[in-house]
Amino acid sequence: MKVLVPVKRVVDANVKVRVKADGSGVELANVKMAMNPFCEIAVEEAIRLKEKGIAEEIVAISVGSAQAGETIRTALAMGADRGILVKTDAPVIEPLAVAKILKGIVEAEQPGLVILGKQAIDDDASQTGQMLSALIGWPQATFASKIEIAEGKATITREIDGGLQTLRLSLPAIVTTDLRLNEPRYASLPNIMKAKKKPIDEKTPEEFGVDLTPRLEIVTTAEPPQRQAGMRVDTVAELVDKLKNEAGVL
Amino acid sequence: MALERETLDQLLETVRRFVGEQLIPNEDRICQEDAIPPEIVSQMRQLGLFGYSIPEEYGGIGLNMSEEVQLVFELSQASPACRSLVGTNNGIGSQGIILDGSKAQMEKYLPRLASGEIIGSFALTEPDFGSDAASIRTTAHREGEHYVINGTKRYITNAPEAGLFTLMARTGPKDSGADGISCFLVEAPTPGLKLGPPDKKMGMSGSHTCDVIFEDCRVPASQLLGGQEGQGFRTAMKVLDRGRLSIAAACVGVAERLIRDSLTFAAERKQFGRPIADFQLVQAMLADSRTEAYAARAMVTDAAARYDSGETVATLAACCKLFASEMVGRVADRAVQIHGGAGYVADYPVERFYRDVRLFRLYEGTSQIQQLIIARNMIRDHAG
Repeated sequence: MKVLVPVKRVVDANVKVRVKADGSGVELANVKMAMNPFCEIAVEEAIRLKEKGIAEEIVAISVGSAQAGETIRTALAMGADRGILVKTDAPVIEPLAVAKILKGIVEAEQPGLVILGKQAIDDDASQTGQMLSALIGWPQATFASKIEIAEGKATITREIDGGLQTLRLSLPAIVTTDLRLNEPRYASLPNIMKAKKKPIDEKTPEEFGVDLTPRLEIVTTAEPPQRQAGMRVDTVAELVDKLKNEAGVL
Repeated sequence: MALERETLDQLLETVRRFVGEQLIPNEDRICQEDAIPPEIVSQMRQLGLFGYSIPEEYGGIGLNMSEEVQLVFELSQASPACRSLVGTNNGIGSQGIILDGSKAQMEKYLPRLASGEIIGSFALTEPDFGSDAASIRTTAHREGEHYVINGTKRYITNAPEAGLFTLMARTGPKDSGADGISCFLVEAPTPGLKLGPPDKKMGMSGSHTCDVIFEDCRVPASQLLGGQEGQGFRTAMKVLDRGRLSIAAACVGVAERLIRDSLTFAAERKQFGRPIADFQLVQAMLADSRTEAYAARAMVTDAAARYDSGETVATLAACCKLFASEMVGRVADRAVQIHGGAGYVADYPVERFYRDVRLFRLYEGTSQIQQLIIARNMIRDHAG
């Protein structure tokens, strides 16, 4: 079975993001970038499926500038077999455009499974997997915390409010990963060296007939409000009083 | 062959992440248990950290010296015991084989060292001979197809874990000096090879040294490095020359970590109603440390580039080891000073680092030996 893993290049999770002076977005110049952590979990899961003999080939895909190729390279260093870079200099690429491009790739590659991160930590849209599922008409299981594949079916455990939900899907299918699915490995140093020899195909959005023009307009971007200092209370009665009369939550 | 910038960046970034996510959070545990947790060691193996300087054809990564020092700058941001565990396999425990070993010896041992399957250790120093290494007394007598080894080695880093010793022993007569010393590859365990109890050290918890005692220890003649007697001292000196750059890089990494910790503390700790970083006398300490660490980084980077271009860097490597090890001592001292009383208690890493870095001025040639090497080379070159 072939597994496709789309990966997104985002601002590194450890970077403290700053809003641009004009409020049009966050500062990206000279900021450290990395693979979206949920995408890393997706790559790791695909590699584990390959190690179990379930997956035969892992293809890492990214849509973006030439630097998105580095993110694919990271996936290759972790253990993916080849990459597809859909190259564009468009500053904003919305989830629908990515889903349409992925649809084109899925049709060409015919994978048995597409594993995506449940969301990217930059726009937190959490849409690409769901949109892809709708566009190609495959079953989807989002926010997976456990994936089991057997006899043409995927059994997916999802963490939902109040407990765990288990879904069974026929393959081919779309799965998006939650935080606790696995702990991604570090790309080993020898594999980083070997990754540079693995192939990355370059394509363009035009080849898939996808128009990248954003459908949404960003009105403003603002820093979260400064957190106010907390306070200490001496008694439970005082706490209840403050919750009731000052915070208004009781 | 030099790596592409992108590949090297990815490599360094991976090490940086590993240090930040796995090594630094475990430093206290490593110190308390006097051991690196097995799961961390196993991750270090999987990452390929045991073989970054071993050639690619033998299963390593084959970094050149410039790349190696950059990796060591990163790796040494954590407790030096972590670098020490992989340090011998990439340095004194493997370089003898790489520089002077036979093809068969390289094929037999380098892949196992690169993967971390075995730990390599370097046994030169003896109870009575450290800096005066040309006078060592451990002997190796040929008996048929074997050598019989007798003697004691002291303060041998990673000896308790070692599966292979690069051992210097005298094959020539007692007064044969440097020319009578040969180098052997001795596997452990081997009958006649015994280990003393681990040394109780001032610092470097998690990294172990002990005596290695040879009593009629028989090793096959094929274990003579490069198949040649009398070359051991030259091999040892070449190994130490290269190792000095790596140690100097480790000093830079540790110094940068200490400066970061000091700065964080100075920005948070308040006295007289202000962060102590606002006070000029604290600023002077920060600035001096930063300047010296930068100087050492520049020295190491320059010497490594020269090494890669084929230049002889014996003098420069000694300059780097001398300056960087003394520098990190001063930086650690200032780090404790900036932390004040907090720097004297074990709640902050600087207390541990202060003890750890003392070693850098002692091993793989004391500061005084570096001074002698530098001056002797200067005088020799002047004489032409």
